[in-house]
Order: sequence, then structure tokens, then C-alpha cells
Amino acid sequence: MAIYITQLFNGLSVSSILLLIALGLAITFGLMNVINMAHGELIMIGAYATYVTQNMFKSALPASMFDYYYILAIPVSFAIAFLFGWLLELSLIRHLYGRPLDSLLATWGVGLALQQLARSIFGAPNVGVTSPSWLDGGLTIMEGVVLPYKRLFIIALVIICLLAMYFYIYRSRAGRNMRAVMQNRDMAACLGISTRRVDAVTFAIGSGIAGIAGCALTLLGPIGPSLGTYYIVDAFMVVVLGGVGKLVGTLLGALGIGMTNTLFEYWTNASLGKVLVFVCIVAFLQWRPRGFVAMRTRSLD
Amino acid sequence: MTQTWSRARIWALIGYAVAAAAMFAAPLYLSDFRLNLLAKFLAFAIVALGLDLIWGYTGILSLGHGVFFGLGGYAMAMHLKLQASGGRMPDFMDWSGLTALPAFWKPFESLGFAFLAGLLIPGVLALILGYVTFRNRIRGVYFTILTQALVIIATTLLIGQQAYTGGTNGITGYSKIAGQSISSPDTKQMLYWVTAIFLVVAFVLCRFLVKSRFGKVLRAIRDGENRVRFIGYNPALYQMTAFAISGVLAGLAGMLFVLHVGIISPSMLGIVPSIEMVLWVAIGGRGTLIGAVLGAVLMNGAKSEISAQYPDAWTFIMGALFIVVVVFLPGGVTGLVERLKFRKRSVSEHEQEAVRHPAV
Repeated sequence: MAIYITQLFNGLSVSSILLLIALGLAITFGLMNVINMAHGELIMIGAYATYVTQNMFKSALPASMFDYYYILAIPVSFAIAFLFGWLLELSLIRHLYGRPLDSLLATWGVGLALQQLARSIFGAPNVGVTSPSWLDGGLTIMEGVVLPYKRLFIIALVIICLLAMYFYIYRSRAGRNMRAVMQNRDMAACLGISTRRVDAVTFAIGSGIAGIAGCALTLLGPIGPSLGTYYIVDAFMVVVLGGVGKLVGTLLGALGIGMTNTLFEYWTNASLGKVLVFVCIVAFLQWRPRGFVAMRTRSLD
Repeated sequence: MTQTWSRARIWALIGYAVAAAAMFAAPLYLSDFRLNLLAKFLAFAIVALGLDLIWGYTGILSLGHGVFFGLGGYAMAMHLKLQASGGRMPDFMDWSGLTALPAFWKPFESLGFAFLAGLLIPGVLALILGYVTFRNRIRGVYFTILTQALVIIATTLLIGQQAYTGGTNGITGYSKIAGQSISSPDTKQMLYWVTAIFLVVAFVLCRFLVKSRFGKVLRAIRDGENRVRFIGYNPALYQMTAFAISGVLAGLAGMLFVLHVGIISPSMLGIVPSIEMVLWVAIGGRGTLIGAVLGAVLMNGAKSEISAQYPDAWTFIMGALFIVVVVFLPGGVTGLVERLKFRKRSVSEHEQEAVRHPAV
């Protein structure tokens, strides 16, 4: 019993990280039909932003203040990744609308350059980020089951991000514009929505969330220049499985992949587990080729 | 017009003949070391041809060709390893605690079987993947992401099943091929010529395919899949066939690669190598066969020169090349040449053939 609860919790924890990463991807893909392979590097930027914040606290402030750095690190990671995303959209992505495969290749090139840049600034070896002491330890819910506070904190963080995105997309004026552009770009433009600005802001927000994901990942282990590449393909699979256009699809996709991955790896081993998950995803796509939720459209292409 | 076209054609034929002559005569003017490098590049050119067939002509971007390449490579490596160990169990199995040669390794003692397996296994895998995706109209970026996931699981599987595959180190330490020492200069020269012949065969095959009716349908699928469907073709069938042929070519290239390099390991078929293959085609010019070949040879030549002198710079250059080519030069180098040629002649008729907005 205890082992099952632990596994379920692990699955939930993996899902929550995947969800945080895939959120931005799903939105930019659904809205602009752009595949951003540099998303993993935006995660890496968020993680290094946290690392730099930590170092600044260490050197500039008294030791008693150190524990609070993480609270500042979250918005800082968001802001820096947001800025990078904004610049990326302005300089490159806007030339690639309507060419999803080309956007994939070009952003992969950006990711490669960013990784190398991080390597020359921070060095190739991984660096450790000391997590704040109030996240040490765990919650004991029964004999043999300890839920680490760090993972609980990440799950809470993801829920907050998800709620914020929900209110932004479905309850705010900016979100309404975004959905309008997603559903019918030309009509939205005719009604006076600046699709250029919607694209740029949405892309930047997606990037900012990647930054938060990077900040969360610093709690789980050391970080390095290729941090994002471990997660990026899984996050794309979440988008494929979940479908685009609705938050709930991404949520289901992340839960599906995170849970099955953990369970299969527990039942078999890490390498066979991955194969089984892939087979399951392909089998699922036989049934629903467009993922859990697909936006209804009359156009064929 | 027909006059100039036929003259252009004659020049093109002369160009091909000179290139082929230069390629076959390479052992006369290259050192052993450089000949070995060139042989490796020619093997890469075969993958590039296969990739061009499905990306440049059919509009399907595969980031999973490293897997097909690797499967071919592993098939040949298994044969060479068994040759080296004299039919007994290879050393790495001993280290991982196996006591007998696994059953699926045994047939690889025969070179013919290994060669066929190296062609067919990638082909069949490509066919299966094509069947479960194209039939359901899973295409575009969805397909591309699935191929990338295929790379991830292939590498984790190869690393995880260390006792059967050699794990991270891969399979290396060969001595003989067809009874000859694999490291002697004579054998190396022979293997170079074998690779060159396979490249010519692959090129002619691809050229035949793209000039045929089959190739016309492929291009039609690239430019408007639904229109092709409405005319009455089944695009999935064509896509599957093209993808399988492309997988077979990648497998062939993998086998030749192992012969020249002497090792195959999971890192050679990972995400980065797979996407690098795409870059060769993009630089050379997608949608032209000669572009794919030139792209593979020139890019790898540049890579081995530059990364030897400035190891860090190569990553930046590769990243920058991706961006520049995709944004400014969708037709690659051959596209640029064509554009300059047409500007001079001011003929717009052929421009329709150039790929301007491919692969949505």
C-alpha cells in the first residue's frame, strides 16, 4: 500500500513538472502554429536566473535573509525568460508564421546557440542551487510514506500557474483576444485585435512559464546547460497527446504521460517503461489522432 | 528555349560525370586519413538522399533518421563483432554476465544476413511507424515529434539493454570483414569504392523515383495533400512507401558508416545527430538530390575542419546556420544558385520548381 501511494505521488510530481513545461508549448503551438524547440533552453535560462539570484543573496545580504531568496527567484526567472521569449518572437519567430516545421528547425538552432552560451558563461559542469531550508524534510502521512515538501511545493506552484493561466485565458480581456486569434485569425484582425501584439505577448508568457519551470527544477537537483533537453521531448509528447487549444487537454496529457511513465518504470525498468509509454501514446493516437481535445474547425488544412 | 535547356542538360551531365570521376579517383590524390573521412561523408550523403526524399519531396520532416541509421549500423557491427571474436560470445556480454550468445545474435555471423537485416529492419520499422501515423493523417509537426520520441526510446533502450547491445560504449573492436583485415589500407580503399558505388546507386534510384509518376505524386502531396486525396490517390500509401525507402537508405548508410569508423554507439543516433542530418539537407537544398549529397559532404568537411580548431565555435556556427538557412535560404545553396541563374536569364518558368514554401 505504502509503495503504491509513493508511486502515485511520484507520478503526480512528474506530471506537474511536465504540465508546467507543456503549458507554454501548447499555447504557442495552438495560437501561432509555431513549434518552439528553444523552450527547453528557456527552462535552462530560468534555472540559471535562480542560481544567479541565490548567489546575489549569498554575497550581498546577511545569512539570515538567505532563505527568502527563492521567493524572489520565482518572479525573477519568469521575468528573464519572458524577456528572452519576447526578443525571440520579435527577432525570429515572426518570420516563421505558417511554416511550423521551419520554425522547429530555426528554434532548435537558437536552442543550440543558447546552450553553448550558457556553457561559456557558467561553465559546462552542472551547478548546484541550495534550496531554502523551509523546504527541507517532508510530510509523513503514514508509515513509510513521506512526501517531500519540495515536491509538494512544486505541485502547489503548478496549480497556481494553472489557475493563473485559466483566469488569464478564460476570464480576461487579453485572454479573450487570444482565443479569438486562435480560432480565426483573420476575423479577429478584422475586429480590431492586434494579432501581432497578441502573438508576441502570448509567446512571451509561454516563455515566462518555462522560466518558472526552470526555477522549480533547481529544487530537484543540480542544473546544467543541457537541462532543458531532458524534458523537452516529453513535454512535446504532452502536447501531441493532449491536443491543442484547451488547457484541460494539456492537463490530461501531462497526467497521462507522467503517471504511465512512473508506473511502467516501476513495473518494468526505465528503458522498457519508456518504450511502453511510446507504444501507448501511438495506440491512443490511433483512436484519437488529434489528442484528447481538438479544436473544432471546418477548414481542412 | 529547348536549345538552351538541352545545353543546360549537357552541362549538368558533364558536371555529374566530373564529380563521379573525382569521387572514384579520390584514392589517387587523398591521404589514407582523408580518404577515410571522405568515405564517412559519402555514407552520410546516402542518409541525406533518403531524408531529402521524404522531407524535400514529400514534405514530411523526420527527426528520427538517426534510429534507422543506427539500426543499420548495429546490424553490421554485430556481424563484425562476431567475426572478431571468432563466433564466440563478444567480450562485453561476458562483462555483463551473460553465459551464452543470445539467439538473435547468431544469424548475424553471416555477412549476407547482416546486410539484409541492416536494410530490412530499418525499412520495416519505418513502414510500421508510417502505417500507424499517416493512415490516421497524423502529419506535420505531430509526426515530427513522434519521430523524435522514437529517437529517445531507441537510445534509452540501447543503453538500458547493455548485455545485448554494449550499452553506452556501443559495439567496437572489429578485426575482419569478409576474411580481410579491416584496418589495412587496401581494404579501406576497397570499402571506399564500395561506398562510392552504393552512393551512385542510391542517387540513381532516387533520381528515377523522383522523376517518375511516383515522384510527381510525392511532390503533389507536399504541396497539397488534401487535393491529392480528392483526386483519388491515397496519400498515406505514398508517404509510407517513401518513408520506408528513406529508412532503408539510412540503414545502408549506417552499415557503411560502421565499416569506415569502426564503432557504433547510442550517441551516434541520438537527437543531435538526427537533427544534424536534417541540417545537411537544408543547407544543400531540399528538393534537389544533388543538394542533399553536396550538403552532407560539405557540411561534414567543414565540421571536421572547424571543430578540430575551434571546438566551441562549431556549436554556434551550427545554430546560426540553422537560423540563417531556414529564415533566409529555404532552398539551401542549390536554391541560391538557381535563383542567381534565373535572375541572369530572367526566366520565371522554372521557378515554380524551386521549393519556396515547402513542408507545412
